[in-house]
Amino acid sequence: MSTIPLDYETLRLIWWLLLGVLLIGFAIMGGRDLGVGTLLPFAARTDAERRVLLNLIGPTWEGNQVWLILGGGAIFAAFPPLYAVSFSGFYLAMMVILVALILRPVGFKFRGKVEDKRWRSAWDWGLFIGGFVPALIMGVAVGNVLLGAPFHLDHTMRIFYTGNFFQLLTPFALLAGLVSVGMVVTHGAALLAGRTEGIIAERARSYGIWAGLATLVLFALGGVWISFMSGHVITSVIDPNAPINPLNKSVELVPGGWLNNYSTYPWMIAAPVLGFGGMALAVFGLAARRKWLAYLASSTGIFGIVSTAGLSIFPFFLPSSSVPNSGLTLWDSSSSHMTLFIMLLVTAFFLPIIVMYTGWVFRVMRGPVTSDSLGKNPNAY
Amino acid sequence: MIDMLVVDLSRWQFAATAMYHFIFVPLTLGLSFMMAIMESVYVMTGRQIWRKATLFWGTLFGINFAMGVATGIVMEFQFGMNWSYYSHYVGDIFGAPLAIEGLMAFFLEATFIGLFFFGWDRLSKVGHLVVTWLTALGANFSALWILIANGWMQNPVGAKFNPDTMRMEITDFMAVIFNPVAQAKFVHTVSAGYLSGAVFILAISSFFLIKGRHVELAKRSAVVAASFGLASALSVVVLGDESGYVATEHQKMKIAALEAMYHTEEAPAPWTLIAWPGENGEPGFHISVPWVGGLITTRSFTEELPGINELVERAEDRIRTGIIAYSALQDIRADGSNEEARAIFDEYWPDLGYGLLLKKYRVDIENATEAEIAMAAQDTVPGVWPLFWTFRIMMGLGFFYIAFFAMWFYRASRGWIDTNKPLLWFSFVTLPLPWVAIESGWFIAEFGRQPWVVEGVLPTFYAASGLTVLDLVLSLSFFVLLYTVLLIIMVFLMVRVIKAGPKDKLFADDDDADDFVMAAIPATPANKELGS
Repeated sequence: MSTIPLDYETLRLIWWLLLGVLLIGFAIMGGRDLGVGTLLPFAARTDAERRVLLNLIGPTWEGNQVWLILGGGAIFAAFPPLYAVSFSGFYLAMMVILVALILRPVGFKFRGKVEDKRWRSAWDWGLFIGGFVPALIMGVAVGNVLLGAPFHLDHTMRIFYTGNFFQLLTPFALLAGLVSVGMVVTHGAALLAGRTEGIIAERARSYGIWAGLATLVLFALGGVWISFMSGHVITSVIDPNAPINPLNKSVELVPGGWLNNYSTYPWMIAAPVLGFGGMALAVFGLAARRKWLAYLASSTGIFGIVSTAGLSIFPFFLPSSSVPNSGLTLWDSSSSHMTLFIMLLVTAFFLPIIVMYTGWVFRVMRGPVTSDSLGKNPNAY
Repeated sequence: MIDMLVVDLSRWQFAATAMYHFIFVPLTLGLSFMMAIMESVYVMTGRQIWRKATLFWGTLFGINFAMGVATGIVMEFQFGMNWSYYSHYVGDIFGAPLAIEGLMAFFLEATFIGLFFFGWDRLSKVGHLVVTWLTALGANFSALWILIANGWMQNPVGAKFNPDTMRMEITDFMAVIFNPVAQAKFVHTVSAGYLSGAVFILAISSFFLIKGRHVELAKRSAVVAASFGLASALSVVVLGDESGYVATEHQKMKIAALEAMYHTEEAPAPWTLIAWPGENGEPGFHISVPWVGGLITTRSFTEELPGINELVERAEDRIRTGIIAYSALQDIRADGSNEEARAIFDEYWPDLGYGLLLKKYRVDIENATEAEIAMAAQDTVPGVWPLFWTFRIMMGLGFFYIAFFAMWFYRASRGWIDTNKPLLWFSFVTLPLPWVAIESGWFIAEFGRQPWVVEGVLPTFYAASGLTVLDLVLSLSFFVLLYTVLLIIMVFLMVRVIKAGPKDKLFADDDDADDFVMAAIPATPANKELGS
């Protein structure tokens, strides 16, 4: 172990941050595609209009989705118990997300291959489900993380989950789901307003303004709700360098406890401020037809909102509502010291390369997309 | 106790989703490289027909790729969903290659595939060619890391059990990467993918040639497929996956099962061509070829291969020491400062997994009876006869494809491409055969590893999530239904694309200068072969 130049505590913190980077990366990059998918049947009404939307996100959505795949892989590699508990616990919710996501690659590819109204309209609704449902359920999942999930572990680290799918659909969790849908729709609309022309851009603007306003209200409501909700607070001393053992701590439920971090670490207030500010600016940008401003602002808003959820529960990843001591934190659910270090090296090498080539691809595919510009490409969707 | 129905349904679900996924992966591996080759020829010669070919096969590639992505996303999450104890128990090692696959491979492939389809008029010729090659490379890197992960399940090197965290932890990452089983698997699997791609292109080109349509494109494609296919067929057979099997005890069990070899044979062991189950499931009637078995499996004349019965006896011994390791582990979990227990555990931990085999029969395995130990030892034998037959199907197809492509290669080099109608028909109707071989191969690898999910470390039944039967019935039936519907749609769309054939005018700036270019080239024999 002495050969690893970073201590265990630092590596755990770095990986907590990296996980945030990947999940926020998906929320921003993949979120725009989920948002456009959700808007597809509404912002675009004719086949020609819908093709504009699909071909706008078509060239890059696959790469964007890898942020999610990589997020899943990184949780597996860096925090295996978290991967094991969350994915098996939220089993049917995960199923619903996967089924919805499965509709996307085939929807994009298959839709344009047959010129038939019913065929295309069926895939359009498939793509709507593929955008709306994952955004909603992922938000519901975050809501349930804040509420705590009903699970406990035995001394062999075997997981016992005692809830079911329908218990996930509580009012607060649904509120979180709607925040999630609202923010990706705002983001998708900002993209459409910036990259399309005419009636589609106009429709996207008005949907985006409403979605942005709704997100602001719901996010604020969520904040008020949380201040009355019980948060989990660790009452025992944690050794951030110890081998993992989630059972080795005691946890208490404290009303409003999820807001404690903001008094302990005042800088964390920046996250909700960015969330509100970003979304408000996105609404302004859309209303004032400031295209790039709206898109950058909605990205910032998503960054702020997702960070707020992550920072509020720090150092928890997944609190347990049934046996609070079993809750998973970044200190007691990580991989070994060596795995975290190796994975950091690999990530530090590849992540900048990924950002570079993704940037290059986006640059190649830049510019407005219109019905006329589609005719030239035999591969267009 | 563990609900074996949940375990069985979880296994069915993993098998079904993985086998569906692997209908599409081989074609992605094979077609991406052949498209890159065709586009390279286009960039070097400037002949439009090669671009036309790249685009046509690219359309089919895209339909297939969409299915690969749709079925692949499930794989990344299913370990946690259905195999949560596995995910905890070996995630420290197994998660890393999956995450690296995302970082190094899938990101590359998924980012550039968009440009492959949408970048034709936005990139220079060379720029687009680079994109195509990067897509193909991404697909192949992806296979590399997935097979490093799978190879570790077959031969878990570079890791040690940590009693404090109750899981396997990494000790030597390089050993995991350069695991001989993983390397053999990688070469074998991508070769099989290349072969399927070559068969696919050859079959559809044959169809065009039978119908006399798109003859120039079909001839050129057939030449590329015949050469690429011959190389792949040779590599898939010669660099067979089983070369890594001798590494460990259970891999030896897998070989013994593949050969239905119950008794240890002297080196070099004979190879059983066909056999019929007789008494106690052991081979009754059989035809054997001397020496060949030892050659195939050990690549030597002197290494002895143990039979199933001997391996079961050895497993029984390891189960007994596994009980000692398990008891010591219990003591450590109860009191972390128990140095005596730690010393015992350090000595016996490699057999802990064998001890866990008893968990199928009782919770307190320290008190296992002789009968239970014997049953657990017998459990280390995978299903012999399904393995025996699928192995022969796979091998038979491998040799068939060497002959098939050797003939095609010879004929192509003589310029006899569209002269033999029966051969063209044969090439067309045998299109599904590579998939039979490939799915058989995965069946052998995974079914042959049973009862282990990680060989010698973690029994499969002990690794599943504590889900309900209802959860699994819902998810399994939904996946199978959805995948089947999508598969039918995919085949329907591919048939449509093939029937429509390559488009004559792809881009607004296309001219029909191709014929002119060809006419300007003297009809030397070399050009004739390429159908110029």
